Amino acid sequence: MAENQNPAPPTPAESNTPSTGDIGSSPESVPRSPVRSLLRLWPYAREARWRIFGSMAAAGLASLSVLAVPIVLRGIVDGPIAHHDLAGLWPLAAALLVLGLAEACLFGVRRIIVARPLAKVETRLRGDLFAKLQRLPISFHDRWPSGQLLSRATSDLFVMRLFLAFPLVFLVVNSTVFLTGTVLMFTLDWRLALITLVPAVPLMVYTRRFEAGYSAASRLAQDQNGDLATVVEESVLGIRILKAFGRHRTMAEEFRRHSAALRDTELRKAGLLGNLWAAIVGLPELALGAALATGAVLVAHDELSVGTLVAFLSTALALRWPVESIGWLLGFAAEAASAANRYFEVMDEPEPADVPPAPRGAGRYPHSGDAPADDRGIRFTGVRFRYPDAPAGTPDLLAGIDLHIRPGETLALVGATGSGKTTLTALLPRLYEPTAGSITLDGTDIRDLSREELRREVAVAFEEPTLFSATVRENVLMGAPNADEQRLARALDTAQAGFVDRLPEGLDTEVGEQGLSLSGGQRQRLALARAVVGEPRFLVLDDPLSALDVHTEALVERALRQVLSDTTALVVAHRPSTVLLADRVALLADGRITAVGTHQELLQSCPAYRALMSGESELEGALAR
Amino acid sequence: MTTAVAEPALEEDDLLPAAADDQDIPVPPGAPRALLGSLLAPHRRRIAVAVLTVLVQQATLQAGPLLVALAIDRGIPALRDHDAGPLIAVTAAYLGCALVATLLQRSFIRYAARINQDILLDLRGRIFRHAQRLSLDFHERYTSGRIISRATSDVDTLRELLAEGLQELLMVCLSVGYITVVLCLMDWRLGLAALVSFLPMYLIIRSFRRRSQQVYRRSRTAVAALIVRFTETMNGIRPVQAFRRESANNRAFDTVNQQSATATADGLLEMARYVFLSRMTANTWITGVVVLGALLVSDGSLELGVLTAFVLYLRRLYDPIDQLAMFLNSYQSAAAALEKMAGLLAHEPSVPEPAEPTPLPAATGKGREVAFRGTRFAYANGKEILPEFDLVLPAGQTTAVVGATGAGKSTLAKLLARFYDPTAGTVTLDGVDLRALTTADLRADVVMVTQESFLFSGTVAENIAVGKPDATRSEIEAAARAIGAHEFIAALPDGYDTDVRKRGGRISAGQRQLVAFARALLADPAVLILDEATSSLDVPGEQAVQHAMQTVLAGRTAVIIAHRLSTVEIADRVLVMDQGRVVEDGTPAALIAGEGRFATLHQTWKDSLV
Ligand SMILES: Nc1ncnc2c1ncn2[C@@H]1O[C@H](COP(=O)(O)OP(=O)(O)O)[C@@H](O)[C@H]1O
Ligand SMILES: Nc1ncnc2c1ncn2[C@@H]1O[C@H](COP(=O)(O)OP(=O)(O)O)[C@@H](O)[C@H]1O
Ligand SMILES: [Mg+2]
Ligand SMILES: [Mg+2]
Repeated sequence: MAENQNPAPPTPAESNTPSTGDIGSSPESVPRSPVRSLLRLWPYAREARWRIFGSMAAAGLASLSVLAVPIVLRGIVDGPIAHHDLAGLWPLAAALLVLGLAEACLFGVRRIIVARPLAKVETRLRGDLFAKLQRLPISFHDRWPSGQLLSRATSDLFVMRLFLAFPLVFLVVNSTVFLTGTVLMFTLDWRLALITLVPAVPLMVYTRRFEAGYSAASRLAQDQNGDLATVVEESVLGIRILKAFGRHRTMAEEFRRHSAALRDTELRKAGLLGNLWAAIVGLPELALGAALATGAVLVAHDELSVGTLVAFLSTALALRWPVESIGWLLGFAAEAASAANRYFEVMDEPEPADVPPAPRGAGRYPHSGDAPADDRGIRFTGVRFRYPDAPAGTPDLLAGIDLHIRPGETLALVGATGSGKTTLTALLPRLYEPTAGSITLDGTDIRDLSREELRREVAVAFEEPTLFSATVRENVLMGAPNADEQRLARALDTAQAGFVDRLPEGLDTEVGEQGLSLSGGQRQRLALARAVVGEPRFLVLDDPLSALDVHTEALVERALRQVLSDTTALVVAHRPSTVLLADRVALLADGRITAVGTHQELLQSCPAYRALMSGESELEGALAR
Repeated sequence: MTTAVAEPALEEDDLLPAAADDQDIPVPPGAPRALLGSLLAPHRRRIAVAVLTVLVQQATLQAGPLLVALAIDRGIPALRDHDAGPLIAVTAAYLGCALVATLLQRSFIRYAARINQDILLDLRGRIFRHAQRLSLDFHERYTSGRIISRATSDVDTLRELLAEGLQELLMVCLSVGYITVVLCLMDWRLGLAALVSFLPMYLIIRSFRRRSQQVYRRSRTAVAALIVRFTETMNGIRPVQAFRRESANNRAFDTVNQQSATATADGLLEMARYVFLSRMTANTWITGVVVLGALLVSDGSLELGVLTAFVLYLRRLYDPIDQLAMFLNSYQSAAAALEKMAGLLAHEPSVPEPAEPTPLPAATGKGREVAFRGTRFAYANGKEILPEFDLVLPAGQTTAVVGATGAGKSTLAKLLARFYDPTAGTVTLDGVDLRALTTADLRADVVMVTQESFLFSGTVAENIAVGKPDATRSEIEAAARAIGAHEFIAALPDGYDTDVRKRGGRISAGQRQLVAFARALLADPAVLILDEATSSLDVPGEQAVQHAMQTVLAGRTAVIIAHRLSTVEIADRVLVMDQGRVVEDGTPAALIAGEGRFATLHQTWKDSLV
């Protein structure tokens, strides 16, 4: 029992993969009573409430019929058989049969009526979690290891559903049986009943302590399960690296460490459970021994009849299962409660505010013609941004961006690696929110648009061309689900993605997880096609040609220039060749736009730009040596 | 009970398109059972001890009623004669039994948990290590989500079985066996009648197993499909949000979610059906036996007392029906999961470890010679990417590979790194076929920086140390400094100890490439392959790396794939690839002076420069 004496749960942060220990809303900071946590399931279980109550009723009735059968049996034995009255046998036998069938039906009904509704409860919980996660901002996903999210969607929900199906029903039924039995015992003999009930007090105290310890251990085990899922996922997604360096052993070691930690927690849980079972089985049994002795003494002094003693003891013995089951049920409830806590931790994350989407067609979005000429295009005004985890005392990553991209213009954004270009582009579709300042599209603040509307207007090709395990067609059409074949063909053309025709099944070839059955340049071109297929009014391309060879790059540029001629575009570029796509260039340095102009202008006037584009200073340094 | 488990997975294709791939992994007959056997075998002795504990515990627990009877029959009369001895003795025995039962219960729970957890640890480890052993072509098809579901949720089902199922089965067997014997001893005719009920029971159980097997298979597949969807969505959350895929994803997820719900509910309904049928059979049988007994009593061939006792015991014979149901439930679920896990474990890597490895000749410090001879290659699902070719890269040479995207440059590099084996011909390192090298030898000498610079969650230092797990901090810093990554790393919140988060999302793409590069340098290989390792760097950064490479590549054979021709200038030799063939091969100067593609490329590139 020593384990219970220090209820402080070790944090899962001791591992080097981030787990919930690293997460701001650490669970340990908000201890909730298990009942409160479980009550939160009510809105979901509500729909199935009648079924659950029905199931409880059926279970209760079934227990009653179990009690009734012996009475009928006794009737048969004492009546027809004892009196050799065969005629009297049949009605009683029929009653026995009916009772038996009723019992069978009740057992079946108890399960049947909750099967589908409870499965649906689980489905709804999971569906809601999935939808919620998709609405939560990128900054949330930056923080949370994916295995932690996954384990919430799978094993935690499984535990919660199981709780609603069995333990909850039995918790109610068995408590009822127990109370009935207790009353019965008191009516038989109050002295013996009191003796039998003595252990209830220490048991209750002990159970509370158990709950606390076991909840903490369950929570830890669930977190560790999440960590384990994270390690597995990383080991598969990073399999190329692990193979390239022959590091599968190191990773297996890491995995072993995590699963050993999980095992230790599970063993801790088993230890607690073992103690609880011992207490729950042992204490009543000891009390029963005392009751037996006392009862015998009472009988010897003729203060109690033998029949009553026998009745009392058999009632007490019959209550063994309801009492014992409490141990199992409590353990389960604690586990379900901490699973519910984990679940609602995510569900309680605040969602970013969003204006309701305007009805289609009647968008609030003013069409370019309506806005004053000066406002049209994309305008950044005093935009500042810092990542939530940036160390205090460092300057903001983006410290006052003022930038205007004129309508129809293509602006190249250049800057050193890590200067914040990708971050800046992520602000436009509101993947992150600026900490200060505003961004307008044709005069409309992007915060006045719903995300849905905004993202319909702004398309992005990310630096890392993330494809999904689907066909080429589906991947490209993500950008515009309703686009027809012609537009699809045009987009593929623009991205010079003619290679798709040579794939085994053309447009319907599966590209595999993350598109890894394509070459890097092919992936990048599909991501580009995806961005342009919707013919968006605003286009953000983050270093879209980095994996292309010089020749293909030139082809893509030529095609892109056409597309870009009437699109307002922000293109992140590293190389002069890409910069040439743009009408103007903006240089990002130290969190500000330090220079804007055409490529030639900047080359002339801005040494920093020259250095960045040609590496001149480096080169000169090298030559001078 | 286990025979049906061996049947290969069948009707899955009608369930989920995404899950159809599961069929690509055939489950050898008997594999699931063999897997279970091999998991249990090492713990045979401990399992026996656990079983014994339960036996003794049950015996002490069953002694209770007997002692009550003793107290009443002996203790009370003795007490009336002012002899407290017998009652005290019986009470002491009762308390003793209670104590022993309690302690045994406690130790059984702990002991059994130990066995279970050891088995699970073993199984998880096996799945993980095996998944790591499997080749890339496998992973490209199987998806991470499915492996996650094998190593987590499938393992969990086995946990359920081990944690509760086995104890339940044991109890069932115990009480059924015990009571059957007692019944037959009491009266053979009634005993026989009771025994006959085992036949319908058996049929019911068999039908439950048959029917639920399909259901649980569907359930496992649906759960895997859920996990696949889930992980992929969360991993691609940026494009998902940017392209407004939320509702489409919700719909798609809903489909698999419903499938999983249906399978779950179907499983519960099968259970309900089983419980109903078996209860009904049992209760009908009880009535039948009572009637039969009554008839026997009335014709005088059976004593009343025997019938009474018989009927009481008969009821207890069918008591474990529920427990059996629980066991069957976890068993079926675990069987379906074992099938999937066994399928994964039985899948052999297509790039296997050599049975008899050949050691490499001692290192010369000059790099190693790489030779492709009569090599051809096609990915598993498609046409030939690299037609037959011969190529020798002498030790210490730096070779640049250029060519259009999709020309097969990365494929060539991946053959050299033995991510795949050639479909024909050989790839040799200092004359030794790569297939004859142990993974350890091969990876110590050949390291590739892949086009995707994947970082693991963990610190920068840990990520660099992937190249050499036992590297000291100064070695790590030296590697970072060598390619100009030190400045940015030092500027991170916790320097080298900054957590870069999942996939290295905490740092920018160019910075990720630098870390990946540093990682390769730290590994200090004889053959270094760089696949577009600097494509996301700015020009000065790229030049710094190039500058560094001139020193770093000394004494190594290097293959550099790059589009920026500046990189090519430091090479001793250039290969131009087109549609899987090497179409030009020579020193950079010679090729530039010529009139081939490289000369044109070079000119285009020169023009694009400032
Ligand atoms: N999700 C993030 N959380 C915290 N810091 C980040 C995150 N993403 C990028 N950073 C930091 O912000 C800086 C700018 O990154 P980024 O915008 O990707 O640069 P780049 O200009 O190369 O595109 C980098 O120093 C990086 O460490
Ligand atoms: N894992 C894979 N499975 C199937 N096909 C692939 C795979 N990887 C690449 N390919 C195909 O092989 C060809 C060559 O790809 P790759 O070697 O990556 O080209 P690159 O020269 O751009 O590096 C491409 O057509 C690509 O679609
Ligand atoms: Mg970037
Ligand atoms: Mg490539």
